[in-house]
Amino acid sequence: MEKLKKKLGSISFWNWVVASIIFRLILIYFPKNLNLSSRPEVSTPLTSFRRLAEGYWLKQSSMSPYAGSMYHGSPLLLSLLGPLTVERIEGQPNHLLYSLVSVIADVVSAMLIRATGQNLQLAYFRSLESLDLVKQIEGSEVHSSGDVAALIYLCNPFTIVACVGLSTSPIENMAVILCLYGACSRLIPLAAFGWVIATHLSLYPAILIIPVIFLLGCGPDSPPRKLFLQKQQQKGVLNQAKLPPGFSWGPIIHFAFWALVWSVYVLVLCGISLKQFGGLWEMFRSTYGFILTVEDLSPNIGVLWYFFAEVFEFFRNFFLIVFHVNILFIILPLAIRLHHRPCYLAFVYVAVCSMLKSYPSVGDSALYLGLLGWFVNELSEMQFSLFLFCGYVGVSLLSPVMHNLWIWRGTGNANFYFATAMVYACLQIVLVVEGVSAMLNHDRKLRSLIAGKPQDSKS
Amino acid sequence: MALLRRPLLLLLLLLTHQFLHSWIVFGSVNEEGQKQEDFFEELLLKPLPDRKLLTHFHFQSSAPPSSSNGRHHHLFPKAISQLVQKFRVKEMELSFTQGRWNYESWGGFDSIPSSNAKPPGVELWAVFDVPQHLIDAMWKNLTHTLSGLFCASINFLESSTAYSAPEWSFPPASGNLRYGTLPREAVCTENLTPWLKLLPCRDKAGISMLLDRPSIYRGFYHSQRLHLTSTGSGSEGLDPGIILEQTLTVVLLPNSQRASLARAGEKHVQPSWSLSSIFGKEVSGKCVLAETSNVYLLLDRGLVAELKQLRKENEKSAEKVSTSENNWTNPSFELSAKPDRIFIEESSLLSKNPSILYKFEVEKYSESEPFDLVLTWKIPVVWLCQQAPLHASRFLMGSGNERGAIAISLKSTQSSEGFVGANFDDERCELQVDVFQVVPWYVKVYFHSLQVFVDQQPKAVSDTIEKIHVSPSKDKESPGVMELVLKLPCSVSSAALTIEFDKGFLHIDEYPPDANQGFDIPSAIVSFPNFHASMVFLENDSLNQSPLLSKFQEKSPVMSYTEVLLVPLTTPDFSMPYNVITITCTVFALYFGSLLNALRRRVAEEERFLKDKAAKKTGRLPLLLSKLSAKLRGRQSEPPHSTPGSSSLVNSKLVFKVILIAGLAVCWQYYFS
Repeated sequence: MEKLKKKLGSISFWNWVVASIIFRLILIYFPKNLNLSSRPEVSTPLTSFRRLAEGYWLKQSSMSPYAGSMYHGSPLLLSLLGPLTVERIEGQPNHLLYSLVSVIADVVSAMLIRATGQNLQLAYFRSLESLDLVKQIEGSEVHSSGDVAALIYLCNPFTIVACVGLSTSPIENMAVILCLYGACSRLIPLAAFGWVIATHLSLYPAILIIPVIFLLGCGPDSPPRKLFLQKQQQKGVLNQAKLPPGFSWGPIIHFAFWALVWSVYVLVLCGISLKQFGGLWEMFRSTYGFILTVEDLSPNIGVLWYFFAEVFEFFRNFFLIVFHVNILFIILPLAIRLHHRPCYLAFVYVAVCSMLKSYPSVGDSALYLGLLGWFVNELSEMQFSLFLFCGYVGVSLLSPVMHNLWIWRGTGNANFYFATAMVYACLQIVLVVEGVSAMLNHDRKLRSLIAGKPQDSKS
Repeated sequence: MALLRRPLLLLLLLLTHQFLHSWIVFGSVNEEGQKQEDFFEELLLKPLPDRKLLTHFHFQSSAPPSSSNGRHHHLFPKAISQLVQKFRVKEMELSFTQGRWNYESWGGFDSIPSSNAKPPGVELWAVFDVPQHLIDAMWKNLTHTLSGLFCASINFLESSTAYSAPEWSFPPASGNLRYGTLPREAVCTENLTPWLKLLPCRDKAGISMLLDRPSIYRGFYHSQRLHLTSTGSGSEGLDPGIILEQTLTVVLLPNSQRASLARAGEKHVQPSWSLSSIFGKEVSGKCVLAETSNVYLLLDRGLVAELKQLRKENEKSAEKVSTSENNWTNPSFELSAKPDRIFIEESSLLSKNPSILYKFEVEKYSESEPFDLVLTWKIPVVWLCQQAPLHASRFLMGSGNERGAIAISLKSTQSSEGFVGANFDDERCELQVDVFQVVPWYVKVYFHSLQVFVDQQPKAVSDTIEKIHVSPSKDKESPGVMELVLKLPCSVSSAALTIEFDKGFLHIDEYPPDANQGFDIPSAIVSFPNFHASMVFLENDSLNQSPLLSKFQEKSPVMSYTEVLLVPLTTPDFSMPYNVITITCTVFALYFGSLLNALRRRVAEEERFLKDKAAKKTGRLPLLLSKLSAKLRGRQSEPPHSTPGSSSLVNSKLVFKVILIAGLAVCWQYYFS
């Protein structure tokens, strides 16, 4: 019976996967891709397809791709994806090959999410077992979190729009997911590779090194050590063997080694491809430098563009520091409180980054919403989930309208669009804060279950 | 004695006057017998097909190379020579223009439009004779100097976003060239006055007397230009020789009241004009400092052909052959003054209809007998000016404030077909077109989106574009420059270039005061390097060659400027930077605070802690506090009659200290108030 249910579930999962792929292909065959590739929500200066094509054109005409301020991506992307920007197949949409690459990237990401989710769930149940809490949990409905996460990632309109809109974010997301997958399944070279590539492509995933270290050091899901101690105190026996393994440094040194190897490899490749132009320094200046100094003020779904368009010039550096430090300062508290759930920590980091990023796009939201699916069981008691859902739907409908009013019709004002961006930022804040407190509450619940157990047995 | 002395004095005065006069006129004769500084003034008048009149003032002063350091100039403006010396300018051109040269009806092939038709506003280019790394600094200083000299905001060309360094498409191609334009600069008399100051006679004598401000600025187009070339290297203590060429080109509609009164019936007759009716002034003799002072009347090829045609018809109809017919009394028009010379263009190319030039020497006229030229048309004449092979125009495509496209369209002009056949072999006839386009950085051009259409058919870029040089724009640093060489088939009837761009978003401080008016994209330059505009008028005396005529002889490539484009950019809300800053910061504070709060909160621990506190209220401070409160309550129950007395109860020391300080304060207050 159980098996049948599982089978049915997997069949419907594959149906959904196929449906989402077909939907993407249909959208790709629309004329001009529905102009999605020039939407501000999809194409930021970092992920824009047209800028990639411009960079490739500059490189082909033996100029540095970073000449001018058009292209700000990685030189490796230029070598890999650049040829696809000019490749045409007769009778087919202009950028078919590139779109197919993004679709494949999306599917691969979804599969990796699914595998990671299953991995996580197994680990979760194992730790519950070691705490003898399985029975308590069994009462509530348990979803297969891997499938849920993969489906959320694949069927999320944000992901679909980013994929069909020819942005580079599917690739960036894939690198991040690869990193987490590798860390969860203890494939250390793969994790290091994913981390290095993700950092190379968009800088912000660099902070994922903390969850990756926890993942490698303690495993995907280790309930707080204190719980075991508490439990065993209650039992009165201190069984060292039953304690979860402590922090192990071996895999981390291994990871550091591989990360070093991969980053040297990536840098060498970049150096080779930029040898006749400005070299690596120019690359760092116009990729990382461009991200950190928020030079481009074109509208996107974030709030920083408008802030830096309005802020007084002499405060600019101060606020640049403040906004980036906002990301850095929250790393430590989160790491302290959530170190026993490294994957959740990774999710929170990704969400925080996509909120405070200098050039956010819907592709970043797609990533953290997909990762949110991993914790569907733990976060089932999250507050405001309906409000958040409605908020996301509302913002994603209103924001294009406001953009149209402002940019195309000229009847609106910049503040209209900025207001939707502000609401969107608030929604993400609520999501992060509520998500974190729901997870902490879940841990509290587990603890109270342990604490309440002896009483149960007594009664 | 007195009687004797007076004529002597008179003689002396006369002698010195003579001497002074000759000294002024011929300049100081150098000991080595070098060339002297000289000055020429000329005026060219040319009727245009659309009832307008082109007046082109041409003043040229030159200073020969000399060895004296910090020298004195006799005729040459010192400000210019200092500028050339200081900034090592090899060649420079500055033009102030208002209005647009109408290439279709005023012609685009002559040497006048190709060197005097300029883009609206200010255009400045300069070639420097300094090492590469110093050029930008020199340019910056030069812009500031010129800005002061000509009372214009040329100093805005200083910022690196405003000027560019074309590699090869701008005609005086050289690596040391800098080029900048200010399309929105308003040109007015305040720019003309300093320009006139550079002339030795200002506008007090000679041809420049005609420069009546209201009539100039009433014109359809006026362009004041200053072009200087320094010859010879400034090495070995030798100052460079400088040729300063100042031209003023004005297109006017003659005030044709008289003509219309005289011939009310004939509407299509060209308006008759005279110098006095155009400028309200007459020329009373030449500027005494000028070598030559001439007025020319140019009838271009089309007009001459038309006149010939008309004359033939007349001859046929009236059989009234006047054998003694001279060129200046024509059946179709009449000149008030007899020209001193008539030049006929020496041209192998178009020998059929050479253009005719009438020369009037102002020297002969004086205060009492001023020079005034009246041209009266007798019969209607319709002709066309010679046009460049392709007529270039430029426009914007797309709507909205997010993106758009620039299109340069080239349309074949019918008149050029003859040239094409003559200039090229029949087998592989190709028309070379150079395009030079500068775009400001906030117009972010996607160079990969360049498309070429020939006869409305899209063509592969590699087929039509022979050479391309692009320097992409850097945000807030440098403008984008595009230089193209197009090879079009001669039979082309229309061609178009399109290139897409995104509109940038600026910081609020970067918008000009009238942000909603839009931003200007400077004119593109379309030139035809295989076509040269030159008119050769042979003069017998090569010694006294007129600079204007020798200018005509120079082979200058045919070039035309396109329209200035106005790009509206999106504006942020200028009124609320504070609101944006505060709201954004509030949201971020909200994020940081609430997240930290969520992380910090420990429900179970807090409960336990509270329970513990309730169970055993031990702790020093709470104990002390409770004691204190009890004490205070106890004391308050007593009547508060003597405060010092109650101090001895608990904290007597503390209370004593307080009272001491209060007493000190009271004393202090008492003594010092």
